[in-house]
Amino acid sequence: MVRKIFRSPVMLIMPSILAIGFVIIIPLIFSFYTSFTSYKLTRPDSLFNFVGLRNYERLIDNAKFWYAFGRTILFLAVVLNLELLFGLGIALLINKITWGQRTLRTIMMFPMMFSPILVGFQWKYIFNDNIGLLNNFLYLFGYESAIPWLIDKYLAMGSIMVAEIWANTSIFAILLLAGLLGIPRDPVEAARVDGCNSWQVFKNITLPFLMPFIFIALTIRSLDVGRAYDIVHIMTGGGPAMRTELLWTMIARIGYKDANMGFANAMSYVSIILSIAFTYYFFTKLVAARRDLGQQ
Amino acid sequence: MKQIKKIGFWFLVLFLLILICLPGIWIFISAFRPNPEILAKPANWIPDRWTLHQFTQMFSINGYVSVPAFKYLMNSIIISSVSTVIAITIGMMGGYAFARFNFKGKNKIFLSLMLARAVPGISLSLPLFILFAKLGIINTSFGVILVYVAMNVPFTIWLTDGFFRQIPKEMSEVARTDGCTRFQAFWNVELPLAGPGIGAAAIFAFLLSWNEYALASIITRTVHSKTLPIGMMDYLDEFTINWAGMCAIAVVMIIPALILTFIVQKHLVSGLTFGGVKG
Repeated sequence: MVRKIFRSPVMLIMPSILAIGFVIIIPLIFSFYTSFTSYKLTRPDSLFNFVGLRNYERLIDNAKFWYAFGRTILFLAVVLNLELLFGLGIALLINKITWGQRTLRTIMMFPMMFSPILVGFQWKYIFNDNIGLLNNFLYLFGYESAIPWLIDKYLAMGSIMVAEIWANTSIFAILLLAGLLGIPRDPVEAARVDGCNSWQVFKNITLPFLMPFIFIALTIRSLDVGRAYDIVHIMTGGGPAMRTELLWTMIARIGYKDANMGFANAMSYVSIILSIAFTYYFFTKLVAARRDLGQQ
Repeated sequence: MKQIKKIGFWFLVLFLLILICLPGIWIFISAFRPNPEILAKPANWIPDRWTLHQFTQMFSINGYVSVPAFKYLMNSIIISSVSTVIAITIGMMGGYAFARFNFKGKNKIFLSLMLARAVPGISLSLPLFILFAKLGIINTSFGVILVYVAMNVPFTIWLTDGFFRQIPKEMSEVARTDGCTRFQAFWNVELPLAGPGIGAAAIFAFLLSWNEYALASIITRTVHSKTLPIGMMDYLDEFTINWAGMCAIAVVMIIPALILTFIVQKHLVSGLTFGGVKG
């Protein structure tokens, strides 16, 4: 039996495909179907009430949805770019250290292992206007009026971004550091002998070599963008006045609080396509970057 | 000039360290703080009196239960371990297939497995909630385990594929010309060599299950199957938050994760990058 399985790749992959099929593909087909019905949890018979594209039409007309959609894109754009930038900076910094580098690298990994719900709670605690560490710290410097970090309509989004960046920069830092450590010395030294300055070496040698690592990090990171739901959910719950409502929190609110499954599933599909598009884009970039380095 | 640069450099590193560690340390200290002290202004760095009050309450040591954290902890341990063992077993088989065989549509299948992983938990939770309710496996550990196995398999394939590629093909070929079957070669040669890497993949899968919130918050309903991240929300009422209690349960959650990170860190990085770059 075991012998047979190990002879054919199809048999080896089959269990994985079955598990994913049962937990991911079948539910997705089901939710695709319900997105064309007026399914409400409170009225089970509405599952067969076919309404065509009406949920999607409602979505297009719904201004709140487009605000949440735009906010999600903005959120991802800001967060991913800053994480990449900070991650690169930290990797370059740690790469210079010779003493204690391994310890630093381990410490760097800690935020990666924090549950997103824990990250959200921790920053909720720090940003709390009354008892938070941050306001307490400002108080020490004589800034006595409490800043409502999570209640102010502009600051709330920024606070959530800080939490998200804190949690995920380390993925970039760790992977880019691995890339930096693998750069061969010869081309760098040759370039220096030929009179390149630090910036030229970075731009022409270090960065192209790092490209695949950047895309690995972005691919891995894009698999998990939906986990931002946890952080927003605990920090503000989409408030104040829906100023921090992202696609994911809106789905949860409409699906479970309003019990409007059909509409929520239509929205889910938008979010799924968004996530898959991110991952697909970075994955193809990764393949292309690998080809450029001749490692295919 | 050089001296100033050096001082600035180490100052930057120190700042970075503080930024990474401070939030966690603050939570840790707060977990042992008597409740009134949390409200102190300005903040009291070292508590005047250390107390285990929150922990004894959580684990009902004095017979009084605020939040049944012990049950949540057991649920978390069982669900995470079982789902990890299953996910690693089937994910490893998949990773081996991708690393050692050439077959039609290999890259496409690999990509679609990854894309399946990219589906956000909350979007998946809506249909899963209905289907699991129909099947009668909602609010059971079995249901949660099933979900986590599927969530962990793609990433396990990514990692183990990388580790198996690091092992020269010739080693298995030599074993097979000496009369081993493919499985025997795998079991006696390739698996031990890839061992540390697979261990890293296992810890990664464990942590993913340990930390997951969006899906578990929907398909677990009672103390019967709730995991720690969901249990943490018990401290969060509509209007009041038991900060010290939340900090205490956060400490319970993070300590196993930190210990596992220490064990795993070296192999994890090589697995992530090798699997990706030489793919």
